[in-house]
Amino acid sequence: MTLTDERKPSEEEAANPELERGAERREAWRGFLHAVPAYAYLIVFFVLPLVIVFVFSFASRGRTGRPLLEDWNVDGWARLTDPLVRTIVGRSLLVAVMNTVFCLVIGYAFAYWIATRRKQSTRTLLLILVLIPFWSNFLVRTYAWRMLLDSDGYITQLGEFTGLWGRTLFTLPAVFLGLLYGYLPFMVLPLYAAIERIDWSLVEAGRDLYASGVKAFLRITLPLSRPGIIAGSILVFVPSLGAYVTPDILGGAKTTLLGNFIVTQFGAARNWPFGSALSGAILIVMLLATILYFRTGGRTV
Amino acid sequence: MKRLLIVMAALALVATACGGGSDSQASADDCTLGQTDGDLNLYNWTEYIPTGSLAEEAEVTDLIAAFEDEFGVNVVLTEYDSNETMLAQIDAGVAYDVVVPSDYMVSIMRSDDLLVKLNPDTVPNMANIADEFTALPYDPGNLYSAPYQWGTTGIGYKYGEIDDENGVSWGVIFDPAMNADNTGFISLLDDERETMGAALIYLGYSLNTTSEAEVDEAAALIKATKDRIAAFSSAGYWDLLTSGETMVSQGWNGDFLAAYDEASTDEYDAYEDFGYAIPTEGAAAWVDTIAVPATVEHPCTAQTFINFILDAKNGATLTNYNYYASPNAAAEEFIWEDILEWEAIYPPDDVVQRLEFFEDLGDFGTYYADAYSAAKS
Repeated sequence: MTLTDERKPSEEEAANPELERGAERREAWRGFLHAVPAYAYLIVFFVLPLVIVFVFSFASRGRTGRPLLEDWNVDGWARLTDPLVRTIVGRSLLVAVMNTVFCLVIGYAFAYWIATRRKQSTRTLLLILVLIPFWSNFLVRTYAWRMLLDSDGYITQLGEFTGLWGRTLFTLPAVFLGLLYGYLPFMVLPLYAAIERIDWSLVEAGRDLYASGVKAFLRITLPLSRPGIIAGSILVFVPSLGAYVTPDILGGAKTTLLGNFIVTQFGAARNWPFGSALSGAILIVMLLATILYFRTGGRTV
Repeated sequence: MKRLLIVMAALALVATACGGGSDSQASADDCTLGQTDGDLNLYNWTEYIPTGSLAEEAEVTDLIAAFEDEFGVNVVLTEYDSNETMLAQIDAGVAYDVVVPSDYMVSIMRSDDLLVKLNPDTVPNMANIADEFTALPYDPGNLYSAPYQWGTTGIGYKYGEIDDENGVSWGVIFDPAMNADNTGFISLLDDERETMGAALIYLGYSLNTTSEAEVDEAAALIKATKDRIAAFSSAGYWDLLTSGETMVSQGWNGDFLAAYDEASTDEYDAYEDFGYAIPTEGAAAWVDTIAVPATVEHPCTAQTFINFILDAKNGATLTNYNYYASPNAAAEEFIWEDILEWEAIYPPDDVVQRLEFFEDLGDFGTYYADAYSAAKS
């Protein structure tokens, strides 16, 4: 929708409403044509799978677990209130919130540091360094962490040398470390974008008016970087909520999180309707979070 | 936009409704012995059939190349790592000619009409199958499937870490007093039937129990054991053991032996450090089968391939390669002596008495899944 740039009507068009409407129509049509690939992409890879998930969430489970598109029911959705689901959702939320907070604290400091480097080339280099891990597969990188954290790993050796920690592989801290590592870039990038465009003369003005450094940060820098904070938090929170690989590989699959629970429903438990309802519920939460984001002025990013 | 959404919803409904059913019950009955009707699409477990460099390394016949040479067709091998993955593919209508489902999966696939009945005329080598494997509950008379390999779920461990003088007890995993030293160095399979099954056997129940109280008790035991174990793992647990991340591990016999083989070098013999035991309380046994799925496109080639696998020499090659026991009685004379005498592969009769096969529990299966998820949360 942002593709249709708002053209000011020329004087001639303004004088002739018929011409103006025609121009508007042409404009709208052209905008639509521009957006066709995007619409097609969204429909094929987003709307359609989403619809399928919702359809299956009302299906029934055959005796052998095969999803049957008959006897439509809401059992899958009803089960979302199970104590078991509540426990798993509660833990997943806790993990996702904590990971978002960790990422925000570390990511903010890091993004602030990058954004305040004087030379553009330095900033570009630092950003490339943030992006480099994406050149290899997330699964491979998680397995690399496993090697760092296992009995012979460098991190374990460091811990044993200093006497501070032992083998961290297959513990909750290992899961948090893996999540922090995996999602930190999603926090840093939007924060960088937001902080970089701050008009620093505003901070200077604040300091001129005797605001302390802390106060200037809290009253000027932080509010101005809010769009970045919100965007980064959503980008970290949503995938953390569905994290599946990290708890399995680094945590030893000892704690069922939402992601693992959903995989079980589609795999061994063969309960597609319930798994679909769970996925659908997460999707709804995601959509609500995104809507909230746009409502609170995230558009400026 | 709203109207568009409705159209999409309708389209999705149509798409899903069409995707479900598969009516390609190809006529396997018209095939004759040794007939081929095109290339073979084989869907098998990872590294479960000797081919390529792995066959060379193991010094066994490349069975896929041998089949291609003998019958003049090409074989396309695709591999999977769980029964459920394979089932989802077949259910979605993806075309394969031969699949290798485990016992309980044969039950599921038969109930859902996903297997094609074999034509006895095309698989005369079925006569090679040992009597014990001709009347198992998942497919009595082997009308839809032929036994491929069988194995056990037991304990792989490092010598010296647990007391194995009078056999190994499941207590080394479930009883903290029995094996306190290895807290944090134990792994269990990540599979509700297998993992719960081990707990059920330790508690003295059947691993096919449909008593909610017994399943709940097993789940509580797994929950209590969680703090003592390093990981729930169904793939790669063998590497955890040989690399020292675990000392005691629940797993499948052939996986452990293959890992010990791999860890051994010219100077180092891993078998001096690691062993496999079927616990004294009993253990799960399973049969993997070879069958023709409903999505078959070349039913004659498929059955010719099954007959080829059931050949005595070829059946022996499977065992010599993947270290799982053969249900093929005629194959025994071609299986290497040391494998036949290897109790981890061919357990003695008194141990066989303690083995129990998994059965498909139908609707009750979800109770296991939920109890297991609850134990882990």
